[in-house]
Amino acid sequence: MYNKGTIIPGLIIFVLIVMSPVLYNGLKAGSVPKPEPPPGGEKQCVLPVSEMRDKHMQLLNEWRDEVLRDDERVTVVADGKQYRKGLQLACMQCHTNKEKFCDSCHEYASVKPYCWDCHLTPAQQKAALKKETH
Amino acid sequence: MDNERRKFLKIAGISALAGIGAPAIAKLTSTAAIAAGTEGHAAGDAPHAEEAASGKQYGMVIDMRKFIERPELLDQAIAACALAHNIPEFPPDKKKSDIKWIWKTPFENAFTEESATHLSKTIEEAQFPVLCNHCAHPSCVRVCPTKATFKQKDNGIVAMDYHRCIGCRFCMAACPYGARSFNWEDPRPYVKTINPDFPTRMRGVVEKCNFCGERLALGLQPACVEACKGSGAMVFGDINDEKSEVRQVLAKEFTIQRKPSAGTKPSVFYIV
Repeated sequence: MYNKGTIIPGLIIFVLIVMSPVLYNGLKAGSVPKPEPPPGGEKQCVLPVSEMRDKHMQLLNEWRDEVLRDDERVTVVADGKQYRKGLQLACMQCHTNKEKFCDSCHEYASVKPYCWDCHLTPAQQKAALKKETH
Repeated sequence: MDNERRKFLKIAGISALAGIGAPAIAKLTSTAAIAAGTEGHAAGDAPHAEEAASGKQYGMVIDMRKFIERPELLDQAIAACALAHNIPEFPPDKKKSDIKWIWKTPFENAFTEESATHLSKTIEEAQFPVLCNHCAHPSCVRVCPTKATFKQKDNGIVAMDYHRCIGCRFCMAACPYGARSFNWEDPRPYVKTINPDFPTRMRGVVEKCNFCGERLALGLQPACVEACKGSGAMVFGDINDEKSEVRQVLAKEFTIQRKPSAGTKPSVFYIV
């Protein structure tokens, strides 16, 4: 092999650089986040927990299209409880802490949904209600 | 040798011509093309023909006599709309950022096709409420490249999906009524009182009146109509339903529409 002296150390440096993010984290991704269950103690959601975990983004997109495009704003009934379709209207009514619920996983997975550019977080909703009653 | 080359070139030229020309000839002579041609012609005629209105089309009659009598009604209506939809209010030095769903304008700006010479004093001084006309043929919907704005099939409302809006502002150029506003900056700091049940908008999207689709779903009237409840200044309903209250008013009173020659078939009528 020609130029053995430069190629092999070069390859080793290359591999080390490529693996540096993994090595930097000590081959661990950190502890898996545990999103906070609803502080109000609600046990029931519109779908079983496992399905919500996998598909909440699809469900939100479906709701969005149904409500905005098809004007199907009917409520969703799950186990006798009525929910209005919507992030602000349904989800955040029980999951009242966006930081401990949504953000805990999204930050871990480095997902940056733009929901909150327009939608109000429960904290903002609460602040708005407070201002109104004043 | 030369003779052979000459022959070859001739044949090649003729086949090339035939190859290029044949599809064009086939297209011109085929019956399908003739049928398509006439169909295209008929489609071009459609906007001029009076077609039967079908399906639901929400619309509104605005009675200016009531608004002139009680000018505070319009302020109430505008305030109710702003509250229901988290509409920001910008300081006077940021007029270009203004977001308008329902707003005031004088006669000559609202009805540019009507003559404004020798207007009566009351009309000249009156402030007309103007809003999205929820047209039967909305030009904004035709130009939207992402289908972020569309006509809702079941009620004729020209609605928006802010999630899809890319802020190209074609719709603003297309709307003959100036009923669309662009969010030049984050509107949130300028929203006075926030309605916790409705989102705000973000910087870079276009927004407009939605005829209170979210309130209609709850069986309520639009916020502006409710604000002038009892006065009869605004009547809302299905303008394709002969028995509806709006149609009763339309049948009784002489009404005008804004810019009818734009061909968009606006659904908001004015009694002047």
